[in-house]
Amino acid sequence: MNIYFVLPLFVILSFIFFIFYRQQKRLAHYSGISTLSQIKKTLTSQRFWLVILGFVLTIGFWYAAVYWLPFDAFHRLPGPDEVVIEWLSRDPYYGISIYTKEYYVHILYSTYRATVSFLLATILGVPFGLLMGWSRRFYEYSFPLVEMIRPIPPLAWVPLSILMLPGVEPAVIFVTFLVAFFVTTLNTLLGVQSIDQAYFRAALCLGASSKEILYDVVIPGSLPYIFTGLQISMGAAWFSLVAGEMIAAQYGLGYLIWQGYSLVKYPTIIIGMVTLGFIGYGSSAVIRYVGKRLMAWREQELGGLGVTYEE
Amino acid sequence: MRCEKSGRIEVSNLCKRFHKAGKDPLQVLQNCTLTIEPGKLNVLIGPSGCGKSTLANILAGYDSPDSGEITIDGSPLKGPGTDRLMVFQETALWPWMTVMENVIFGPTVRGEMSKKEAREEATRILELVGLQDFKDKYPAQLSGGMQRRAELARALINRPKVMIMDEPFRGLDDLTRELMQEYYLKIFEKTNCTTLFITTELEEAIFLADRILIMTFLPGRIKTIIDVDLPRPRNYHVLTSKKYLQIKAEALEYLIEEGRKCFGEDCNIANTMVDEFRRQADNRH
Repeated sequence: MNIYFVLPLFVILSFIFFIFYRQQKRLAHYSGISTLSQIKKTLTSQRFWLVILGFVLTIGFWYAAVYWLPFDAFHRLPGPDEVVIEWLSRDPYYGISIYTKEYYVHILYSTYRATVSFLLATILGVPFGLLMGWSRRFYEYSFPLVEMIRPIPPLAWVPLSILMLPGVEPAVIFVTFLVAFFVTTLNTLLGVQSIDQAYFRAALCLGASSKEILYDVVIPGSLPYIFTGLQISMGAAWFSLVAGEMIAAQYGLGYLIWQGYSLVKYPTIIIGMVTLGFIGYGSSAVIRYVGKRLMAWREQELGGLGVTYEE
Repeated sequence: MRCEKSGRIEVSNLCKRFHKAGKDPLQVLQNCTLTIEPGKLNVLIGPSGCGKSTLANILAGYDSPDSGEITIDGSPLKGPGTDRLMVFQETALWPWMTVMENVIFGPTVRGEMSKKEAREEATRILELVGLQDFKDKYPAQLSGGMQRRAELARALINRPKVMIMDEPFRGLDDLTRELMQEYYLKIFEKTNCTTLFITTELEEAIFLADRILIMTFLPGRIKTIIDVDLPRPRNYHVLTSKKYLQIKAEALEYLIEEGRKCFGEDCNIANTMVDEFRRQADNRH
Protein backbone atom coordinates (compact mmCIF):
# COMPACT_ATOMS: atom_id res chain seq x y z
CA MET A 1 0.00 0.00 0.00
CA ASN A 2 1.79 3.11 -1.12
CA ILE A 3 0.66 6.68 -1.27
CA TYR A 4 -0.03 6.58 -5.01
CA PHE A 5 -2.54 3.85 -4.48
CA VAL A 6 -4.28 5.28 -1.44
CA LEU A 7 -4.44 8.90 -2.56
CA PRO A 8 -6.73 8.42 -5.59
CA LEU A 9 -8.97 6.14 -3.56
CA PHE A 10 -9.17 8.88 -0.99
CA VAL A 11 -9.96 11.50 -3.65
CA ILE A 12 -12.74 9.37 -5.16
CA LEU A 13 -14.28 8.62 -1.78
CA SER A 14 -14.16 12.25 -0.68
CA PHE A 15 -15.75 13.30 -3.97
CA ILE A 16 -18.61 10.86 -3.39
CA PHE A 17 -18.92 12.17 0.16
CA PHE A 18 -18.94 15.77 -1.09
CA ILE A 19 -21.84 15.05 -3.49
CA PHE A 20 -23.66 13.18 -0.74
CA TYR A 21 -23.15 16.03 1.72
CA ARG A 22 -24.43 18.69 -0.69
CA GLN A 23 -27.53 16.67 -1.43
CA GLN A 24 -28.20 16.13 2.26
CA LYS A 25 -27.75 19.83 2.91
CA ARG A 26 -30.36 20.65 0.28
CA LEU A 27 -32.78 18.10 1.69
CA ALA A 28 -32.19 19.43 5.20
CA HIS A 29 -32.92 22.94 3.95
CA TYR A 30 -36.31 21.94 2.57
CA SER A 31 -37.40 19.81 5.49
CA GLY A 32 -36.19 22.42 7.94
CA ILE A 33 -33.82 20.35 10.06
CA SER A 34 -30.09 20.62 10.61
CA THR A 35 -27.75 19.02 8.08
CA LEU A 36 -26.31 16.72 10.71
CA SER A 37 -29.67 15.29 11.74
CA GLN A 38 -30.63 14.96 8.07
CA ILE A 39 -27.48 12.88 7.49
CA LYS A 40 -28.31 10.81 10.55
CA LYS A 41 -31.82 10.32 9.22
CA THR A 42 -30.54 9.23 5.83
CA LEU A 43 -27.90 6.89 7.24
CA THR A 44 -30.49 5.13 9.36
CA SER A 45 -33.06 4.97 6.56
CA GLN A 46 -33.74 1.66 4.90
CA ARG A 47 -33.43 3.23 1.45
CA PHE A 48 -29.82 4.21 1.94
CA TRP A 49 -28.80 0.74 3.01
CA LEU A 50 -30.66 -0.82 0.12
CA VAL A 51 -28.62 1.32 -2.28
CA ILE A 52 -25.40 0.22 -0.59
CA LEU A 53 -26.59 -3.38 -0.53
CA GLY A 54 -27.24 -3.21 -4.29
CA PHE A 55 -23.62 -2.22 -4.95
CA VAL A 56 -22.17 -4.72 -2.48
CA LEU A 57 -24.22 -7.59 -3.90
CA THR A 58 -23.29 -6.79 -7.50
CA ILE A 59 -19.57 -6.47 -6.82
CA GLY A 60 -19.71 -9.44 -4.44
CA PHE A 61 -21.33 -11.58 -7.10
CA TRP A 62 -18.71 -10.49 -9.60
CA TYR A 63 -15.94 -11.44 -7.17
CA ALA A 64 -17.54 -14.76 -6.26
CA ALA A 65 -18.26 -15.65 -9.88
CA VAL A 66 -14.68 -15.04 -10.92
CA TYR A 67 -12.91 -16.77 -8.01
CA TRP A 68 -15.26 -19.20 -6.31
CA LEU A 69 -18.31 -20.19 -8.30
CA PRO A 70 -18.11 -22.93 -10.92
CA PHE A 71 -19.03 -20.67 -13.82
CA ASP A 72 -16.49 -21.21 -16.56
CA ALA A 73 -17.66 -18.15 -18.47
CA PHE A 74 -16.55 -15.89 -15.62
CA HIS A 75 -13.17 -17.43 -14.96
CA ARG A 76 -11.62 -15.65 -17.89
CA LEU A 77 -12.68 -12.26 -16.50
CA PRO A 78 -10.56 -10.18 -14.11
CA GLY A 79 -11.96 -9.84 -10.59
CA PRO A 80 -12.93 -6.48 -9.12
CA ASP A 81 -9.77 -6.40 -7.01
CA GLU A 82 -7.58 -6.92 -10.06
CA VAL A 83 -9.36 -4.12 -11.93
CA VAL A 84 -9.08 -1.64 -9.08
CA ILE A 85 -5.40 -2.43 -8.54
CA GLU A 86 -4.69 -2.05 -12.24
CA TRP A 87 -6.75 1.14 -12.43
CA LEU A 88 -4.92 2.79 -9.53
CA SER A 89 -1.50 1.39 -10.25
CA ARG A 90 1.46 3.69 -11.00
CA ASP A 91 2.92 1.04 -13.20
CA PRO A 92 -0.05 -0.71 -14.81
CA TYR A 93 0.61 -4.17 -16.14
CA TYR A 94 -1.64 -3.65 -19.19
CA GLY A 95 -0.69 -0.03 -19.84
CA ILE A 96 -3.79 1.90 -18.77
CA SER A 97 -4.34 3.43 -15.35
CA ILE A 98 -5.10 6.83 -13.88
CA TYR A 99 -1.35 7.57 -13.94
CA THR A 100 -0.92 7.07 -17.66
CA LYS A 101 -1.30 9.81 -20.20
CA GLU A 102 -3.09 7.55 -22.69
CA TYR A 103 -6.00 7.03 -20.34
CA TYR A 104 -6.82 10.75 -20.46
CA VAL A 105 -6.17 10.99 -24.18
CA HIS A 106 -8.81 8.32 -24.73
CA ILE A 107 -11.26 10.05 -22.40
CA LEU A 108 -10.64 13.43 -24.03
CA TYR A 109 -11.14 12.06 -27.54
CA SER A 110 -14.42 10.41 -26.62
CA THR A 111 -15.70 13.38 -24.65
CA TYR A 112 -14.77 15.72 -27.46
CA ARG A 113 -16.57 13.61 -30.06
CA ALA A 114 -19.66 13.12 -27.88
CA THR A 115 -19.83 16.83 -27.05
CA VAL A 116 -19.45 17.97 -30.65
CA SER A 117 -22.08 15.49 -31.84
CA PHE A 118 -24.42 16.35 -29.01
CA LEU A 119 -24.11 20.10 -29.57
CA LEU A 120 -24.59 19.73 -33.34
CA ALA A 121 -27.63 17.54 -32.72
CA THR A 122 -29.07 20.07 -30.29
CA ILE A 123 -28.38 23.10 -32.47
CA LEU A 124 -29.99 21.44 -35.49
CA GLY A 125 -32.49 19.09 -33.85
CA VAL A 126 -34.31 21.52 -31.56
CA PRO A 127 -35.15 24.07 -34.29
CA PHE A 128 -36.01 21.24 -36.67
CA GLY A 129 -38.40 19.73 -34.14
CA LEU A 130 -39.92 23.13 -33.31
CA LEU A 131 -40.47 23.77 -37.01
CA MET A 132 -42.10 20.37 -37.43
CA GLY A 133 -44.45 21.08 -34.57
CA TRP A 134 -45.03 24.67 -35.61
CA SER A 135 -45.78 24.27 -39.31
CA ARG A 136 -48.31 21.71 -40.44
CA ARG A 137 -46.89 21.83 -43.95
CA PHE A 138 -43.31 21.21 -42.87
CA TYR A 139 -44.53 18.36 -40.69
CA GLU A 140 -46.16 16.70 -43.69
CA TYR A 141 -42.94 16.95 -45.70
CA SER A 142 -40.56 15.77 -43.10
CA PHE A 143 -42.25 13.42 -40.67
CA PRO A 144 -42.49 10.34 -42.96
CA LEU A 145 -38.86 10.86 -44.03
CA VAL A 146 -37.64 11.16 -40.45
CA GLU A 147 -39.58 8.08 -39.45
CA MET A 148 -38.04 6.14 -42.34
CA ILE A 149 -34.46 7.14 -41.69
CA ARG A 150 -34.60 7.00 -37.90
CA PRO A 151 -34.82 3.20 -37.45
CA ILE A 152 -31.62 2.62 -39.44
CA PRO A 153 -29.08 1.58 -36.77
CA PRO A 154 -26.05 3.86 -36.35
CA LEU A 155 -23.60 1.11 -37.29
CA ALA A 156 -25.27 0.74 -40.68
CA TRP A 157 -24.26 4.32 -41.39
CA VAL A 158 -20.55 3.73 -40.75
CA PRO A 159 -19.50 2.55 -44.24
CA LEU A 160 -21.44 5.28 -46.03
CA SER A 161 -20.14 8.01 -43.76
CA ILE A 162 -16.55 6.87 -44.18
CA LEU A 163 -17.08 6.92 -47.96
CA MET A 164 -18.70 10.36 -47.94
CA LEU A 165 -16.70 12.23 -45.36
CA PRO A 166 -13.01 13.11 -45.39
CA GLY A 167 -11.38 10.89 -42.83
CA VAL A 168 -12.43 8.74 -39.93
CA GLU A 169 -12.93 11.49 -37.38
CA PRO A 170 -15.86 13.26 -39.13
CA ALA A 171 -17.37 9.86 -39.91
CA VAL A 172 -17.49 8.81 -36.25
CA ILE A 173 -18.89 12.19 -35.26
CA PHE A 174 -21.49 12.03 -38.04
CA VAL A 175 -22.75 8.62 -36.92
CA THR A 176 -22.97 9.80 -33.33
CA PHE A 177 -24.65 13.03 -34.34
CA LEU A 178 -27.28 11.24 -36.40
CA VAL A 179 -28.64 9.21 -33.51
CA ALA A 180 -28.70 12.15 -31.11
CA PHE A 181 -30.32 14.33 -33.77
CA PHE A 182 -33.34 12.07 -34.25
CA VAL A 183 -33.92 11.70 -30.54
CA THR A 184 -33.76 15.47 -30.02
CA THR A 185 -35.98 16.25 -33.00
CA LEU A 186 -38.71 13.80 -32.10
CA ASN A 187 -38.80 14.82 -28.45
CA THR A 188 -39.00 18.49 -29.40
CA LEU A 189 -41.82 17.70 -31.81
CA LEU A 190 -43.62 15.78 -29.08
CA GLY A 191 -43.08 18.74 -26.76
CA VAL A 192 -44.74 21.17 -29.16
CA GLN A 193 -47.62 18.78 -29.78
CA SER A 194 -48.16 18.34 -26.06
CA ILE A 195 -48.87 22.04 -25.47
CA ASP A 196 -52.49 22.61 -24.49
CA GLN A 197 -54.47 24.32 -27.28
CA ALA A 198 -55.90 26.72 -24.68
CA TYR A 199 -52.44 28.30 -24.31
CA PHE A 200 -52.34 29.13 -28.01
CA ARG A 201 -55.91 30.42 -27.99
CA ALA A 202 -55.22 32.66 -25.01
CA ALA A 203 -52.12 34.13 -26.69
CA LEU A 204 -53.97 34.63 -29.98
CA CYS A 205 -56.91 36.45 -28.48
CA LEU A 206 -54.61 38.74 -26.49
CA GLY A 207 -53.15 39.83 -29.82
CA ALA A 208 -49.82 37.97 -29.95
CA SER A 209 -48.13 37.62 -33.35
CA SER A 210 -46.67 34.34 -34.61
CA LYS A 211 -43.23 35.40 -33.45
CA GLU A 212 -44.42 36.07 -29.92
CA ILE A 213 -46.34 32.81 -29.84
CA LEU A 214 -43.15 31.02 -30.85
CA TYR A 215 -41.06 32.70 -28.15
CA ASP A 216 -43.61 32.88 -25.36
CA VAL A 217 -45.69 29.75 -25.88
CA VAL A 218 -44.08 27.18 -28.17
CA ILE A 219 -40.53 27.25 -26.82
CA PRO A 220 -41.23 27.45 -23.07
CA GLY A 221 -44.12 25.03 -23.41
CA SER A 222 -42.03 22.34 -25.07
CA LEU A 223 -38.95 22.85 -22.88
CA PRO A 224 -39.73 19.97 -20.47
CA TYR A 225 -39.88 17.51 -23.35
CA ILE A 226 -36.83 19.05 -25.01
CA PHE A 227 -34.76 18.47 -21.90
CA THR A 228 -35.97 14.91 -21.48
CA GLY A 229 -35.00 14.50 -25.13
CA LEU A 230 -31.54 15.98 -24.53
CA GLN A 231 -30.86 13.51 -21.75
CA ILE A 232 -31.87 10.57 -23.91
CA SER A 233 -29.92 12.07 -26.80
CA MET A 234 -26.79 12.31 -24.65
CA GLY A 235 -27.12 8.64 -23.73
CA ALA A 236 -27.76 7.67 -27.33
CA ALA A 237 -24.74 9.72 -28.42
CA TRP A 238 -22.49 7.79 -26.03
CA PHE A 239 -23.57 4.37 -27.11
CA SER A 240 -23.36 5.03 -30.84
CA LEU A 241 -20.06 6.81 -30.29
CA VAL A 242 -18.56 3.76 -28.62
CA ALA A 243 -19.87 1.54 -31.40
CA GLY A 244 -18.37 3.91 -33.97
CA GLU A 245 -15.02 4.05 -32.19
CA MET A 246 -14.79 0.28 -32.00
CA ILE A 247 -14.99 0.05 -35.76
CA ALA A 248 -13.24 3.10 -37.03
CA ALA A 249 -11.06 5.10 -34.70
CA GLN A 250 -7.53 5.39 -33.37
CA TYR A 251 -8.41 6.77 -29.96
CA GLY A 252 -11.32 6.92 -27.61
CA LEU A 253 -12.88 4.73 -24.94
CA GLY A 254 -14.66 2.53 -27.48
CA TYR A 255 -11.35 1.93 -29.19
CA LEU A 256 -9.71 1.27 -25.84
CA ILE A 257 -12.29 -1.38 -24.98
CA TRP A 258 -12.03 -3.06 -28.34
CA GLN A 259 -8.25 -2.98 -28.28
CA GLY A 260 -8.32 -4.46 -24.78
CA TYR A 261 -10.30 -7.34 -26.18
CA SER A 262 -8.08 -7.99 -29.20
CA LEU A 263 -4.84 -7.70 -27.22
CA VAL A 264 -6.13 -9.78 -24.29
CA LYS A 265 -5.91 -6.87 -21.83
CA TYR A 266 -9.07 -7.74 -19.94
CA PRO A 267 -8.82 -5.36 -16.96
CA THR A 268 -8.48 -2.49 -19.45
CA ILE A 269 -11.87 -3.42 -20.91
CA ILE A 270 -13.50 -3.05 -17.53
CA ILE A 271 -11.64 0.18 -16.80
CA GLY A 272 -12.99 1.57 -20.07
CA MET A 273 -16.51 0.44 -19.28
CA VAL A 274 -16.58 1.86 -15.77
CA THR A 275 -15.13 5.14 -17.03
CA LEU A 276 -17.94 5.32 -19.60
CA GLY A 277 -20.44 4.79 -16.81
CA PHE A 278 -19.04 7.68 -14.79
CA ILE A 279 -18.85 10.08 -17.72
CA GLY A 280 -22.34 9.16 -18.91
CA TYR A 281 -23.75 9.77 -15.46
CA GLY A 282 -21.91 13.08 -15.21
CA SER A 283 -23.12 14.36 -18.59
CA SER A 284 -26.73 13.51 -17.75
CA ALA A 285 -26.38 15.33 -14.46
CA VAL A 286 -25.11 18.45 -16.24
CA ILE A 287 -28.15 18.48 -18.56
CA ARG A 288 -30.53 17.94 -15.66
CA TYR A 289 -28.91 20.83 -13.81
CA VAL A 290 -29.23 23.21 -16.78
CA GLY A 291 -32.84 22.12 -17.30
CA LYS A 292 -33.72 22.81 -13.69
CA ARG A 293 -32.18 26.25 -13.94
CA LEU A 294 -34.23 27.07 -17.04
CA MET A 295 -37.51 25.70 -15.75
CA ALA A 296 -38.15 27.02 -12.27
CA TRP A 297 -41.86 26.94 -13.01
CA ARG A 298 -41.74 23.26 -13.77
CA GLU A 299 -40.38 22.43 -10.35
CA GLN A 300 -43.32 24.24 -8.80
CA GLU A 301 -45.74 22.46 -11.08
CA LEU A 302 -44.42 19.03 -10.23
CA GLY A 303 -44.88 20.01 -6.63
CA GLY A 304 -41.45 18.71 -5.67
CA LEU A 305 -40.08 21.43 -3.48
CA GLY A 306 -42.53 24.23 -4.12
CA VAL A 307 -45.02 25.60 -1.65
CA THR A 308 -48.68 25.92 -2.56
CA TYR A 309 -50.61 28.76 -1.06
CA GLU A 310 -54.13 28.14 0.13
CA GLU A 311 -56.75 30.73 0.83
CA MET B 1 -60.67 51.40 -12.93
CA ARG B 2 -63.95 51.54 -14.81
CA CYS B 3 -64.77 50.23 -18.23
CA GLU B 4 -66.28 52.62 -20.73
CA LYS B 5 -69.97 52.20 -21.17
CA SER B 6 -69.78 50.56 -24.53
CA GLY B 7 -69.83 47.09 -25.93
CA ARG B 8 -73.45 46.79 -26.92
CA ILE B 9 -73.67 43.53 -28.84
CA GLU B 10 -76.69 42.91 -31.00
CA VAL B 11 -77.24 39.43 -32.32
CA SER B 12 -79.99 38.82 -34.81
CA ASN B 13 -81.20 35.60 -36.37
CA LEU B 14 -78.04 33.67 -35.66
CA CYS B 15 -77.99 30.10 -36.99
CA LYS B 16 -75.33 27.46 -36.47
CA ARG B 17 -75.44 23.84 -37.49
CA PHE B 18 -72.81 21.21 -36.67
CA HIS B 19 -72.12 18.37 -39.05
CA LYS B 20 -70.76 15.15 -37.71
CA ALA B 21 -69.84 12.21 -39.89
CA GLY B 22 -72.48 9.48 -39.82
CA LYS B 23 -74.95 11.53 -37.81
CA ASP B 24 -77.78 13.90 -38.62
CA PRO B 25 -76.60 17.50 -38.62
CA LEU B 26 -77.28 19.18 -35.32
CA GLN B 27 -79.00 22.57 -35.39
CA VAL B 28 -77.41 24.16 -32.35
CA LEU B 29 -78.59 27.73 -32.81
CA GLN B 30 -81.67 28.76 -34.74
CA ASN B 31 -82.80 32.34 -35.21
CA CYS B 32 -81.10 33.29 -32.01
CA THR B 33 -81.69 36.97 -31.33
CA LEU B 34 -80.45 38.82 -28.29
CA THR B 35 -78.91 42.01 -27.07
CA ILE B 36 -76.10 42.32 -24.60
CA GLU B 37 -76.69 45.54 -22.72
CA PRO B 38 -73.62 47.69 -22.13
CA GLY B 39 -72.43 48.14 -18.58
CA LYS B 40 -74.64 45.32 -17.39
CA LEU B 41 -73.94 41.83 -16.19
CA ASN B 42 -75.82 39.69 -18.68
CA VAL B 43 -76.12 36.07 -17.60
CA LEU B 44 -76.88 33.39 -20.14
CA ILE B 45 -78.36 30.29 -18.63
CA GLY B 46 -79.75 27.11 -20.09
CA PRO B 47 -79.59 23.35 -19.73
CA SER B 48 -76.21 21.82 -20.49
CA GLY B 49 -75.63 21.11 -24.15
CA CYS B 50 -78.02 23.81 -25.32
CA GLY B 51 -75.47 25.79 -27.29
CA LYS B 52 -74.33 28.38 -24.76
CA SER B 53 -70.66 27.76 -25.39
CA THR B 54 -71.24 27.75 -29.15
CA LEU B 55 -72.80 31.17 -28.89
CA ALA B 56 -69.92 32.37 -26.72
CA ASN B 57 -67.34 31.05 -29.19
CA ILE B 58 -69.09 32.84 -32.03
CA LEU B 59 -69.22 36.09 -30.09
CA ALA B 60 -65.54 35.79 -29.20
CA GLY B 61 -64.79 35.20 -32.88
CA TYR B 62 -63.38 31.67 -32.57
CA ASP B 63 -66.23 30.24 -34.57
CA SER B 64 -68.34 31.68 -37.38
CA PRO B 65 -72.12 31.44 -37.72
CA ASP B 66 -73.89 29.91 -40.72
CA SER B 67 -76.16 32.93 -41.00
CA GLY B 68 -77.25 35.89 -38.98
CA GLU B 69 -75.74 39.19 -37.97
CA ILE B 70 -73.73 40.36 -35.03
CA THR B 71 -72.81 43.96 -34.39
CA ILE B 72 -70.79 45.48 -31.59
CA ASP B 73 -71.57 49.16 -30.98
CA GLY B 74 -73.13 49.23 -34.42
CA SER B 75 -70.26 47.85 -36.46
CA PRO B 76 -70.23 44.26 -37.69
CA LEU B 77 -68.07 41.81 -35.77
CA LYS B 78 -65.22 39.99 -37.44
CA GLY B 79 -62.72 37.49 -36.03
CA PRO B 80 -61.22 37.41 -32.54
CA GLY B 81 -60.23 40.74 -31.07
CA THR B 82 -59.20 42.26 -27.80
CA ASP B 83 -62.46 44.19 -27.57
CA ARG B 84 -64.11 40.91 -26.60
CA LEU B 85 -62.14 38.74 -24.21
CA MET B 86 -63.09 35.31 -23.10
CA VAL B 87 -62.37 33.68 -19.75
CA PHE B 88 -62.55 29.95 -20.09
CA GLN B 89 -63.89 27.05 -18.07
CA GLU B 90 -60.41 25.70 -17.51
CA THR B 91 -57.58 27.95 -16.51
CA ALA B 92 -55.33 28.88 -19.41
CA LEU B 93 -52.67 30.80 -17.52
CA TRP B 94 -49.26 30.00 -18.98
CA PRO B 95 -47.57 27.88 -16.33
CA TRP B 96 -44.08 29.07 -17.35
CA MET B 97 -44.81 32.71 -16.59
CA THR B 98 -45.34 34.28 -13.20
CA VAL B 99 -48.72 35.83 -12.43
CA MET B 100 -47.28 39.26 -13.27
CA GLU B 101 -45.84 38.11 -16.58
CA ASN B 102 -49.16 36.50 -17.46
CA VAL B 103 -51.08 39.68 -16.74
CA ILE B 104 -48.81 42.09 -18.64
CA PHE B 105 -48.63 39.80 -21.69
CA GLY B 106 -51.59 41.34 -23.55
CA PRO B 107 -50.74 45.04 -23.44
CA THR B 108 -47.01 44.46 -24.04
CA VAL B 109 -47.34 42.17 -27.07
CA ARG B 110 -49.72 44.64 -28.66
CA GLY B 111 -47.25 47.41 -27.92
CA GLU B 112 -49.84 49.51 -26.14
CA MET B 113 -47.83 49.91 -22.98
CA SER B 114 -44.17 49.71 -22.07
CA LYS B 115 -43.21 46.91 -19.70
CA LYS B 116 -43.00 49.43 -16.88
CA GLU B 117 -46.41 50.95 -17.50
CA ALA B 118 -47.94 47.52 -17.87
CA ARG B 119 -46.39 46.44 -14.59
CA GLU B 120 -47.88 49.44 -12.79
CA GLU B 121 -51.28 48.84 -14.30
CA ALA B 122 -51.04 45.13 -13.51
CA THR B 123 -50.20 45.90 -9.89
CA ARG B 124 -53.40 47.94 -9.63
CA ILE B 125 -55.49 45.21 -11.16
CA LEU B 126 -53.90 42.45 -9.10
CA GLU B 127 -54.79 44.50 -6.04
CA LEU B 128 -58.37 44.64 -7.30
CA VAL B 129 -58.53 40.85 -7.51
CA GLY B 130 -56.60 40.43 -4.27
CA LEU B 131 -53.45 38.88 -5.66
CA GLN B 132 -50.94 41.66 -4.96
CA ASP B 133 -48.85 39.38 -2.75
CA PHE B 134 -48.73 36.61 -5.32
CA LYS B 135 -47.60 38.48 -8.38
CA ASP B 136 -44.23 36.74 -8.56
CA LYS B 137 -45.59 33.23 -8.03
CA TYR B 138 -46.11 30.70 -10.76
CA PRO B 139 -49.71 29.60 -11.47
CA ALA B 140 -49.01 26.14 -10.08
CA GLN B 141 -48.34 27.72 -6.70
CA LEU B 142 -51.83 29.23 -6.52
CA SER B 143 -55.05 27.58 -5.46
CA GLY B 144 -57.87 27.05 -7.96
CA GLY B 145 -59.76 30.17 -6.91
CA MET B 146 -56.65 32.32 -7.12
CA GLN B 147 -55.90 31.01 -10.59
CA ARG B 148 -59.34 32.06 -11.78
CA ARG B 149 -58.81 35.53 -10.34
CA ALA B 150 -55.40 35.80 -11.99
CA GLU B 151 -57.06 34.87 -15.25
CA LEU B 152 -59.67 37.57 -14.68
CA ALA B 153 -56.86 40.07 -14.11
CA ARG B 154 -55.17 38.99 -17.35
CA ALA B 155 -58.39 39.79 -19.21
CA LEU B 156 -59.26 43.00 -17.33
CA ILE B 157 -55.94 44.73 -18.02
CA ASN B 158 -56.85 44.86 -21.72
CA ARG B 159 -59.93 46.96 -20.91
CA PRO B 160 -62.16 44.90 -23.16
CA LYS B 161 -65.49 46.32 -24.23
CA VAL B 162 -67.07 42.98 -23.44
CA MET B 163 -66.00 40.17 -21.15
CA ILE B 164 -67.27 36.76 -22.08
CA MET B 165 -67.07 34.35 -19.16
CA ASP B 166 -67.79 30.75 -20.07
CA GLU B 167 -68.65 29.00 -16.81
CA PRO B 168 -65.59 30.52 -15.15
CA PHE B 169 -66.20 28.98 -11.72
CA ARG B 170 -66.89 25.48 -12.88
CA GLY B 171 -64.81 22.84 -11.18
CA LEU B 172 -64.23 24.84 -8.00
CA ASP B 173 -65.50 23.39 -4.75
CA ASP B 174 -68.73 24.84 -3.35
CA LEU B 175 -67.22 27.12 -0.76
CA THR B 176 -64.57 28.54 -3.09
CA ARG B 177 -67.22 28.99 -5.72
CA GLU B 178 -69.43 31.03 -3.43
CA LEU B 179 -66.49 33.15 -2.32
CA MET B 180 -65.51 33.67 -5.95
CA GLN B 181 -69.03 34.80 -6.82
CA GLU B 182 -68.94 37.42 -4.10
CA TYR B 183 -65.46 38.46 -5.13
CA TYR B 184 -66.38 38.65 -8.75
CA LEU B 185 -69.45 40.72 -7.93
CA LYS B 186 -67.27 43.24 -6.14
CA ILE B 187 -64.99 43.48 -9.15
CA PHE B 188 -67.92 43.89 -11.49
CA GLU B 189 -69.53 46.56 -9.35
CA LYS B 190 -66.25 48.47 -9.41
CA THR B 191 -65.59 48.15 -13.14
CA ASN B 192 -69.07 47.88 -14.66
CA CYS B 193 -67.56 46.12 -17.61
CA THR B 194 -70.14 44.80 -20.06
CA THR B 195 -70.24 41.09 -19.37
CA LEU B 196 -71.78 37.99 -20.81
CA PHE B 197 -71.60 35.41 -18.06
CA ILE B 198 -72.48 31.84 -18.94
CA THR B 199 -73.57 29.40 -16.28
CA THR B 200 -75.78 26.41 -15.62
CA GLU B 201 -76.48 27.34 -12.01
CA LEU B 202 -79.58 29.35 -11.34
CA GLU B 203 -78.49 30.57 -7.89
CA GLU B 204 -75.27 31.89 -9.36
CA ALA B 205 -77.18 33.53 -12.20
CA ILE B 206 -79.63 35.42 -9.99
CA PHE B 207 -76.99 36.40 -7.47
CA LEU B 208 -74.78 38.01 -10.11
CA ALA B 209 -77.06 39.17 -12.89
CA ASP B 210 -78.67 42.38 -14.03
CA ARG B 211 -80.45 40.43 -16.72
CA ILE B 212 -80.88 36.71 -17.10
CA LEU B 213 -81.21 35.36 -20.62
CA ILE B 214 -82.73 31.90 -20.57
CA MET B 215 -81.93 29.72 -23.52
CA THR B 216 -84.03 26.96 -25.01
CA PHE B 217 -82.73 23.44 -25.42
CA LEU B 218 -81.77 22.54 -28.99
CA PRO B 219 -82.15 24.39 -31.22
CA GLY B 220 -80.96 27.24 -29.06
CA ARG B 221 -82.85 30.52 -28.95
CA ILE B 222 -83.47 33.02 -26.23
CA LYS B 223 -86.61 31.83 -24.50
CA THR B 224 -87.10 34.78 -22.23
CA ILE B 225 -85.28 37.55 -20.45
CA ILE B 226 -85.71 38.20 -16.76
CA ASP B 227 -84.56 41.50 -15.31
CA VAL B 228 -83.04 41.10 -11.90
CA ASP B 229 -83.60 44.35 -10.04
CA LEU B 230 -82.02 43.30 -6.79
CA PRO B 231 -80.15 46.25 -5.31
CA ARG B 232 -76.41 46.63 -5.78
CA PRO B 233 -73.93 46.27 -4.15
CA ARG B 234 -75.15 42.81 -3.31
CA ASN B 235 -74.04 40.32 -0.73
CA TYR B 236 -75.23 36.93 0.38
CA HIS B 237 -78.22 38.47 2.19
CA VAL B 238 -80.08 38.73 -1.11
CA LEU B 239 -80.12 34.94 -1.23
CA THR B 240 -82.81 34.90 1.45
CA SER B 241 -84.84 37.85 0.21
CA LYS B 242 -88.38 37.52 -1.05
CA LYS B 243 -87.54 39.09 -4.37
CA TYR B 244 -84.80 36.55 -4.94
CA LEU B 245 -87.13 33.64 -4.37
CA GLN B 246 -89.74 35.11 -6.68
CA ILE B 247 -87.21 35.45 -9.46
CA LYS B 248 -85.94 31.98 -8.75
CA ALA B 249 -89.41 30.48 -8.98
CA GLU B 250 -90.10 32.27 -12.22
CA ALA B 251 -86.81 31.30 -13.80
CA LEU B 252 -86.99 27.76 -12.56
CA GLU B 253 -90.24 27.21 -14.37
CA TYR B 254 -88.70 28.18 -17.70
CA LEU B 255 -85.53 26.27 -17.01
CA ILE B 256 -87.16 23.04 -15.91
CA GLU B 257 -89.34 23.15 -18.99
CA GLU B 258 -86.22 23.27 -21.13
CA GLY B 259 -84.27 20.89 -18.95
CA ARG B 260 -86.99 18.26 -19.32
CA LYS B 261 -86.44 18.26 -23.06
CA CYS B 262 -83.05 16.65 -22.60
CA PHE B 263 -84.56 13.91 -20.43
CA GLY B 264 -87.76 13.26 -22.34
CA GLU B 265 -91.31 14.03 -21.29
CA ASP B 266 -92.00 11.90 -18.25
CA CYS B 267 -90.08 13.92 -15.75
CA ASN B 268 -92.51 14.39 -12.89
CA ILE B 269 -89.89 15.12 -10.31
CA ALA B 270 -89.22 18.39 -12.05
CA ASN B 271 -92.87 19.38 -11.89
CA THR B 272 -93.03 18.56 -8.21
CA MET B 273 -89.94 20.65 -7.62
CA VAL B 274 -91.43 23.65 -9.37
CA ASP B 275 -94.67 23.33 -7.42
CA GLU B 276 -92.82 23.03 -4.15
CA PHE B 277 -90.80 26.06 -4.96
CA ARG B 278 -93.78 28.14 -5.93
CA ARG B 279 -95.40 27.26 -2.63
CA GLN B 280 -92.32 28.32 -0.71
CA ALA B 281 -92.20 31.63 -2.50
CA ASP B 282 -95.90 32.27 -1.90
CA ASN B 283 -95.56 31.49 1.80
CA ARG B 284 -92.92 34.11 2.17
CA HIS B 285 -95.06 36.59 0.34
